[in-house]
Amino acid sequence: MRRHPYVLLTRARMKEFLREPEVVFWVFVFPFLLAIGLGIAFRNKPPDEIIVGVVQADGADRVVAALAPAGGFKVETVAAADAARRLRLGKIALVVVPGPSYEYRYDPTRPDSVLARQRVHDALERAAGRADPVEARDTLVTEPGARYIDFLIPGMLGMNIMSGGMWGVGFVLVEMRSRKLLKRLIATPMKRSDFLAAMMTSRMSVVFLQLAMLLVFGRLVFKMVIQGSIASIALLALIGAFSFSGLGLLVASRTSKIETVSGLMNLVMLPMFVFSGIFFSADRFPDVIQPFVRALPLTALNDALRASILEGATLPSQVGRIGVMLAWGVLSFLFALKLFKWS
Amino acid sequence: MDIAIRCRALRKTYDAKPPVEALRGLELEVRAGECFGLLGPNGAGKTTTVEILEGILDASGGDVEVLGLRWGRDDAALRERLGVSLQETKLADKLTVEETVALFSSFYRKGRPAKDVMADVGLIEKRGAWVVKLSGGQRQRLAVACALVGDPDLLFLDEPTTGLDPQSRRQIWEIVRDLRRRGRTILLTTHYMDEAERLCDRVAVVDHGRVIALGTPSELIASLKGEHVVEFAVNGDGPVAGAGATASGVPGHGPLDPQTLLALPSVTSALADSGGILLTVAEPHLAIPALLERLGRDGLALSRLTTRHASLEDVFVALTGRHLRDD
Repeated sequence: MRRHPYVLLTRARMKEFLREPEVVFWVFVFPFLLAIGLGIAFRNKPPDEIIVGVVQADGADRVVAALAPAGGFKVETVAAADAARRLRLGKIALVVVPGPSYEYRYDPTRPDSVLARQRVHDALERAAGRADPVEARDTLVTEPGARYIDFLIPGMLGMNIMSGGMWGVGFVLVEMRSRKLLKRLIATPMKRSDFLAAMMTSRMSVVFLQLAMLLVFGRLVFKMVIQGSIASIALLALIGAFSFSGLGLLVASRTSKIETVSGLMNLVMLPMFVFSGIFFSADRFPDVIQPFVRALPLTALNDALRASILEGATLPSQVGRIGVMLAWGVLSFLFALKLFKWS
Repeated sequence: MDIAIRCRALRKTYDAKPPVEALRGLELEVRAGECFGLLGPNGAGKTTTVEILEGILDASGGDVEVLGLRWGRDDAALRERLGVSLQETKLADKLTVEETVALFSSFYRKGRPAKDVMADVGLIEKRGAWVVKLSGGQRQRLAVACALVGDPDLLFLDEPTTGLDPQSRRQIWEIVRDLRRRGRTILLTTHYMDEAERLCDRVAVVDHGRVIALGTPSELIASLKGEHVVEFAVNGDGPVAGAGATASGVPGHGPLDPQTLLALPSVTSALADSGGILLTVAEPHLAIPALLERLGRDGLALSRLTTRHASLEDVFVALTGRHLRDD
């Protein structure tokens, strides 16, 4: 009949969590809304049509006729006065000025303009009688795993594990301290280790729930292919949760003001929201700051989750990333236990 | 007789600029089986004392013994035997009464069944309600329940009725009386004199970190040498000689010098207090006619006159010249 305090503490923590509608929304509903929204915005659609403008002048008809059989762009004739403006606004990718020799006007920093210039020049040369000595044929490939949504879902998972760990541990502890509940608890024979273990356990359980929901959602809605084993993905999520619970504990170790801890948490999380590759790859940052970017626990978690989910990477091949996460977790825990104030 | 709590020369200084001396050599002895009250104004050092006894705060100096044990050496054993209700603890909002009590009970080796404890404090019908939905009085009873789950030998109640309505206060008093009858030792702090008078076997009046008076409520009241209080004011007298200090009779500080009233029959003390004068009197039927005659001679008219039994509040006022609650 009598239950161990650790069991009751864990259960109490879970109940409190699930009885908070706002929290349930942020943890379980918001990530899906975000994934759906971004999934729609970045869905794989046919490439945008490239429009080439041919200036109305002598020989324009000949150019239009020469371009007609070529694929990959659409041809419009434009008035000379209009051409520059439409090019500047991005309505057309390339302006072709007919004449004794052709003139191409375009912005070399626009990939579609460069592409249009090549295709147009090709078509005009062929029309003028160029023979192609090399023959080639195209095979088109769109594989699941390479789409934006495939990139996004592991990132969302990483982001959730971070904010869940930070808020779920840090915020909750500070709230308990400000209510003098921590003080009340240490006036009982309760073991402090039971309390902290229960805090961690309830966090892990929530992470597993989130992991399962996001993966099932990705699988069903976006036909995501999960390459790695579920066990290794779960273990990575667990290590991530440990890392961020430690950080949450550290941030919450002294203050009893909700405002202070909220500020501290945002300060800790903001760099990771920016640098750790949630919505776009962390590789985009310059080499100079890569060591910093790679040392962040969320970068390690996101990279590890992506490698495991999208490429089926094994755990031993991810030792470096796991090491980064464990180091953050262990160091934060040790510091937090030194600094922690119960009352 | 067994001693439950013994404090010698207890000191506590909080780090601040300047340092705050909360306790300055507090001496205390609580006997096993009694209900003992620490009475004093806010900031007197009551909560600091209690939290040191509960093992939550470390003392800066002095000697503390609780149930014959010492903090720092017998912590685990002590925590099993103490019941604690802190001032203004907010228990988890979204747990039910029963979940909260069961959780606290699980911490104790001989934790009592939640149902029994809820019955003790009259919360059985609220067992399924979330804490956030409880009234102030119910929450306070739940806090007391959490202090009772370990079947404690010594119970600390820090301001158990502060901010409660009269009916809720009476419910808490009933619980305390019941525990007292069952032989538990209780240490409670309060700044309500009536609470101390009704509940406590003995009372220590605390001010500025020291015990300034100790005894049963009736002993303390008897120390006034007059069990009645006569309060009066005369027309046109504002605050006489500054409330808070015994009037010195310096000219210009009011039309009436309280000190001169000591000459009236059976008056044992006289002091200026919030726009009037407060006399402690052994026999009002002698003192009042004499007072009226004196006022008539000085050409002063009464604007107010009341008499009542002396209370612990009057003891505090007599000792310090201040009220328990200055707010």
